[in-house]
Amino acid sequence: MHAIEIKNLNKTYDNGFVALKDISFSIAEGDFFALLGPNGAGKSTTLGILCGLVRKTSGQVRVMGRDLDQDPQAVRRLLGVVPQEFNFNQFEKVDDIIYNQAGYYGLSRRQVRPQLETLLKALDLWDKRDSQARQLSGGMKRRLMIARALIHQPKLIILDEPTAGVDIEIRRSMWQFMRELNQQGTSIILTTHYLEEAENLCPNLAIIQKGEIIANTSTKALLSQMEQTTFVLDSFATLDHLPMLPEVQLQALSATSFSLQLPKGADLAQVMASLQQHGIRVQSIRPQSNRLEELFMQLVQQPKAQQPKAQQSKAKAVTGQSTGSRPTSEV
Amino acid sequence: MIQHPYWVMFATIVSKEITRFTRIWPQTLLPPAITMLLYFIIFGNLIGSRIGTMGGLDYMSFIVPGLIMMSVITNSYGNVSSSFFSNKFQRSIEEMLVAPVPNWVILAGFVGGGMLRGLIVAGIVTLVSLFFTSLQVHSLAVMLLVVLLTAMVFSLAGLINGVFARKFDDISIIPTFVLTPLTYLGGVFFSITLLPSIWQSLAMANPILYMVNAFRYGVHGVSDIPVLWALALLSLLAGVFWFWALRLLSIGKGLKQ
Ligand SMILES: Nc1ncnc2c1ncn2[C@@H]1O[C@H](COP(=O)(O)OP(=O)(O)OP(=O)(O)O)[C@@H](O)[C@H]1O
Ligand SMILES: [Mg+2]
Repeated sequence: MHAIEIKNLNKTYDNGFVALKDISFSIAEGDFFALLGPNGAGKSTTLGILCGLVRKTSGQVRVMGRDLDQDPQAVRRLLGVVPQEFNFNQFEKVDDIIYNQAGYYGLSRRQVRPQLETLLKALDLWDKRDSQARQLSGGMKRRLMIARALIHQPKLIILDEPTAGVDIEIRRSMWQFMRELNQQGTSIILTTHYLEEAENLCPNLAIIQKGEIIANTSTKALLSQMEQTTFVLDSFATLDHLPMLPEVQLQALSATSFSLQLPKGADLAQVMASLQQHGIRVQSIRPQSNRLEELFMQLVQQPKAQQPKAQQSKAKAVTGQSTGSRPTSEV
Repeated sequence: MIQHPYWVMFATIVSKEITRFTRIWPQTLLPPAITMLLYFIIFGNLIGSRIGTMGGLDYMSFIVPGLIMMSVITNSYGNVSSSFFSNKFQRSIEEMLVAPVPNWVILAGFVGGGMLRGLIVAGIVTLVSLFFTSLQVHSLAVMLLVVLLTAMVFSLAGLINGVFARKFDDISIIPTFVLTPLTYLGGVFFSITLLPSIWQSLAMANPILYMVNAFRYGVHGVSDIPVLWALALLSLLAGVFWFWALRLLSIGKGLKQ
């Protein structure tokens, strides 16, 4: 069974803006699925339609086999929703917000008390349970929304940028939390601008741009499309000139660092060996950017006709401009 | 014991409403007590003693039922319109919309909260009035029926206002320009028998006149209008507003894009 099945979904907002153009994709039950795309691509619109906050213009949506139009209440019971923007009453207390949400699912305080304690402890909010929501930091508010979405133990959770504005340490603990949740059988659909997050967590993904799906495949398959990977290397000594090597392209970045473009299939160890032969002693090496990020840039920056195969020339233009590694940079 | 899910949903919304209006009691429960205290002192005691009787009652006794109704109307309406609007404004209404709460339960929950606020304020105002006059109970059934239906009608109306409101100002327009004039002209302070006949027939078009008089009947047994008409009118308004509000929620007016 599919956790989500979307067919020919269209959305035109009241002001005439066409946000989704006939998109179709599906997510297998138990999957951890990333929905990626630049700002304004239509990710939140898609998720809004799934959870009933945005009315679709046309198309079909099924959640765990239930049709959204025919059985909206069953669909809602299956879903847990973490929206992109804070949408709780800032003056309510943390535990009241969660208890009330349980109440909207028909669950009494007594029924969910143990689950509430587990969630607040796992999300490091237990000490804050008596605080008003407005007294929480931004990262805590996000975690509050996650706890709120999970109180009724949904089969599928919708996470719209759950880690935006969360510090690195907590982001990593949230990844662990989401991974465990997924391993326990919860299907997850995630949007994020941290592509490292998607690469680490999600075996499958779709990329949406200007309301259209431009890629929908496994993360592995998408990454294998990569024609090249760019690395940044630092040498011990100042570099006078860079050698010409077969297969790879080198480009100076500073007196002691340079970039290396490694085409698909080339042997990095051999390249390193020949650098050594040319007298370059490499102190460190790192990918110039996260791999998925590099590919993402290649995909969203090319005209539609050339998709989905990454275009070599464009990719060079893009990756050549930025320098330095930004493992968790935002796109 | 497992409660019915709909009951839990309803109770959650109502108790959230109670938490809200008791948390901000200086804005919700205190002002009507003070306003009504002033009305009782000035109109009832100071001016009322010179007026003598009105509709066969001493003036203080005459105005108390009307002032209680006035509090029920403003507080029920104000509670639901501002609570619903701020839920919409803060987007916390989405908490209910993503959950399997049927629209009629959402409606019943907000209306239940508004009615409770109206009734609690009515209780406070009644207690304050007891310092100035003694109240009797002519017909408890009529009193309760009128108060409950009035609270319900204006809670529903407040929700409809909250649905249409786009900014905070929009929830004060109706109270200021419609409810307040109608209440003042609705026989709270005078018997319409004092009016010239043309104004009398005009006053009969004011629904609040019926509520005030029916409640006064419940307390004192006197009314300018037939009480059954009032009950019929209230039931009709409650029915119409209920289905209108439900329709607005189900099309997601102002809630869904
Ligand atoms: N209520 C609305 N009325 C009109 N247009 C809207 C509305 N909501 C969103 N849009 C437009 O629809 C497009 C898609 O918006 P959406 O919020 O789905 O993007 P997104 O992919 O979630 O972007 P982001 O990464 O910035 O969150 C945008 O161009 C946006 O301006
Ligand atoms: Mg978004």
